[in-house]
Amino acid sequence: MSIARSGGLRSHTPELAILLTLIAAPVVLPHLGFSIDLLTRVLNWGLIGLGFDILFGLAGLLSFGQAAFYGAGGFVTAYLLVSGTLTSVWLALAAGTISAGAFGLIVGWLAVRRIGIYFTMITLAFGQMAYFIENSPLSHYTGGENGIPGVPVPMLGFGEHAIRVGAGLPMYVLFAVIFFGGYVLARRIVCSPVGAILLAIKENTARVAMLGHNVPAYKLTAFVIAALYAGLAGGLLGSFQSYMPPDAFALETSGQLVVQTIVGGANTLIGPLVGAAVWLWLRDNLQLIPGLSTLWKLVLGIAFIVLVVALRRGICGEIIHWWTERRTLSARQAAEAVTETIEAGRGAMEASSRKQRDTTLPLPSPATADSDIALEACALARHYGGLKAVDGVSFKVRAGTIHAVIGPNGAGKSTLFKMLLDEVSPTSGHVLLFGSQVTGHGVSRTAQFGIAKSNQLNQLFPNLSVRKNLRIAALARCRGPLRIDLLRTADSLVEVEAQIDAIMALLNLARRADTPAHILAYGEKRRLEIGMALATSPKVLLLDEPLAGMSPSERAATCALIRDIARTCTIVIVEHDLDAIFGLAERITVLYEGRLLADGTADEIRSNQQVQDAYLGGLHAHEPA
Amino acid sequence: MPSWPALASQAFNGLALGSLLALVSSGLTIILGTLGVLNFAHGALFAVGAYAAFVMLQYTQSFLLAIAVGCGFMLVLGFLLERLIIRFFYGRPHEDQILVTYGIGIVLVECVRAVFGGNAQRVPTPSWGQGATQLGFLIYPTYRLQLIAIIATLLVGLYLVLYRTSMGLVVRAGIENPGMVGILGINLRRTFLLVFAIGVVAVGLAGMLYAPVVAVTPDMGANFMAQSFVVIVLGGLGSFPGAVVGGLIAGEIVSLTSAFNSSYSEVMLYALMALLLVLRPQGLFGSEGRV
Repeated sequence: MSIARSGGLRSHTPELAILLTLIAAPVVLPHLGFSIDLLTRVLNWGLIGLGFDILFGLAGLLSFGQAAFYGAGGFVTAYLLVSGTLTSVWLALAAGTISAGAFGLIVGWLAVRRIGIYFTMITLAFGQMAYFIENSPLSHYTGGENGIPGVPVPMLGFGEHAIRVGAGLPMYVLFAVIFFGGYVLARRIVCSPVGAILLAIKENTARVAMLGHNVPAYKLTAFVIAALYAGLAGGLLGSFQSYMPPDAFALETSGQLVVQTIVGGANTLIGPLVGAAVWLWLRDNLQLIPGLSTLWKLVLGIAFIVLVVALRRGICGEIIHWWTERRTLSARQAAEAVTETIEAGRGAMEASSRKQRDTTLPLPSPATADSDIALEACALARHYGGLKAVDGVSFKVRAGTIHAVIGPNGAGKSTLFKMLLDEVSPTSGHVLLFGSQVTGHGVSRTAQFGIAKSNQLNQLFPNLSVRKNLRIAALARCRGPLRIDLLRTADSLVEVEAQIDAIMALLNLARRADTPAHILAYGEKRRLEIGMALATSPKVLLLDEPLAGMSPSERAATCALIRDIARTCTIVIVEHDLDAIFGLAERITVLYEGRLLADGTADEIRSNQQVQDAYLGGLHAHEPA
Repeated sequence: MPSWPALASQAFNGLALGSLLALVSSGLTIILGTLGVLNFAHGALFAVGAYAAFVMLQYTQSFLLAIAVGCGFMLVLGFLLERLIIRFFYGRPHEDQILVTYGIGIVLVECVRAVFGGNAQRVPTPSWGQGATQLGFLIYPTYRLQLIAIIATLLVGLYLVLYRTSMGLVVRAGIENPGMVGILGINLRRTFLLVFAIGVVAVGLAGMLYAPVVAVTPDMGANFMAQSFVVIVLGGLGSFPGAVVGGLIAGEIVSLTSAFNSSYSEVMLYALMALLLVLRPQGLFGSEGRV
């Protein structure tokens, strides 16, 4: 039923490849113009790059301030050693790394509140701030523009038998070991639930929050991880060149890291390392060529622009893409063929045949009697300036029922819906879920309370497979808003996988488990949209126009699906298809121009003269709105 | 506690630096507000402007003529960059826009370095700006006073273009809601091209005017760019009045702090930004959630 989970030797191929490369590099590469010291430097950049790639490549957060943490780690380490506070280089490295992480926590706390351009500018500005702090107010400790000379190298062992890790090959081995450890850890992080959620954040931040994950906290986690890696690399830099230079803090350093990551390939972990190799090799070797000595960076700059314009994946990214493309091409073509069949209408039949199967969902059954109120809107109002989109609407949704909200366009249905899960905060009034207040907690807390919504417009993670889409949702229920479980694999939670399998069976998507969401047929995407809301095991499920854009047979199948779901959770539905609504809903709330017009059973609403006048404008109820 | 004349002198320095930052930042902010592109090549363009003044001055011997020709050069450069590269990035993610403009910045700086070398160049103060002016209780370099006046005139000019012309109306409408402007049938293509070029000319002018005050090096723009980021965060992204007021505030903070303790002058600027981000993240003149 489910695909092979991680494990076995094959899944460790990247680690083995890295290990072999690290061993072979000092033997092979010196013939190609890489000195041992150059390789050590490349590893140092690669080490910051591991953290940066988790921040930028995985989570999509472009920071131009990594120099702040590189420098902080470096100068704390160097100061502790040179001032004699600590004698063990290892302890000093640990202290430096932790300081960089703590600094990252503060800067990140401010930066992750903002997105896109703002995030980049804030990180850049804090990077500059760190540079000036090092340069002036703290120059007594950091040496200002002179930096800190005389940083000792680490020792292995104790007392008489301690071995000095000298320059050259020993230093390379030390850096290689640390880089390898860092790489293994980074790959664990990428494969962990946290890594999966960070990737989803890059794909569609709003949906991750709506599923119940604490998005800012996860971003902050990535930020601190990146700062820790940068701090460790900074500490090692001082030890490597027995001198801690102030340009570690320079904007140039952050920029170089970004360029190297793009050149090597973001979201590959080793991309920054490869980019650094290219950068440093060009610098060292082009400088030797007369006439080109000053042009190496110009060449790099042009190459960088070309990469950003045309080959967005970078060197490693293109290779990995080519490789996976070759392996998965047939699978993708098959998936696209299925999509075409479904789109052509022939798939509709098997979609409706799905209904025969009776799947039980591992959802918490509503532990409440029929008469209980699941969701209550109390005088909800939302005003936009003078416009009263929703004006004092109250209604109650009984547990275990299907409750419809209808009204002509502009009646305030969507705004009301958004207020029900606190996506939009009401101007006044509040929402109660089983008697406890929901309003004011924000959309992701609300999701954790047990309100899920499937959107009118699909909010999927387009590049993730169906299984991974559902996994992001199911992880929210089982792990809560935030858990930093960096070392477990994302697919190792048995109850989550069982939940995903059950939902894929219910939605007839099991065959498409490994198909990226963007390849799915429209009807399948709609089902996945509902499935993601369902995978969070909600107490109340909000469906915003679930039938929009569907063919008649797909509508019938989806209505059957909604009835299935209603056996295990309360449903509130907004829909323009009144036929479907009168067939599905037990109670109906009618909105008109932001106010509550009527609220009652389907039969009451059907025969309500006011509703017919205001909403249907004298037309019969079967006219689609 | 520094003496009053020293403080007043620093206040004037702050005004000079602040007006310069205002000019740099307004170029950055109108590009950001209209095109949605954060121009990471802005610092490099500042340096290009300074070098343009340096070269033209050698040919023409007249500061004003050098600036006029330099402006023409910046305008052409702005047109070229927009047509050849930037316009392909309007539909791409912000990260890509930042990366490509950062790349342009590297290329521009390295071109300058390849032609002029890495050493600092001197641009002489124009003949009409020599010496110092007696200002009652303090004596102040004449050129810096003129700098303040020239930039104030330029900012007023930019204000008139943005707020009193139909093109400016389109630009401001574009800042508010680019989609709607397009729907109304206005060709944004030409407006975008023009706005980008105006932004480039603004920062280039700042570089030219500032060239006589500082050492001209290929990397001189980097710090100005970082500071102008702070300015537009202070003022609110995309807000022209925000850039002007934010620029003056930033200039005064840097200068007045250095009157007390010069080692904290730059740090203070970034600390203020951090504070503002906590208290009023949309900036002084910005509206929440625009970018």
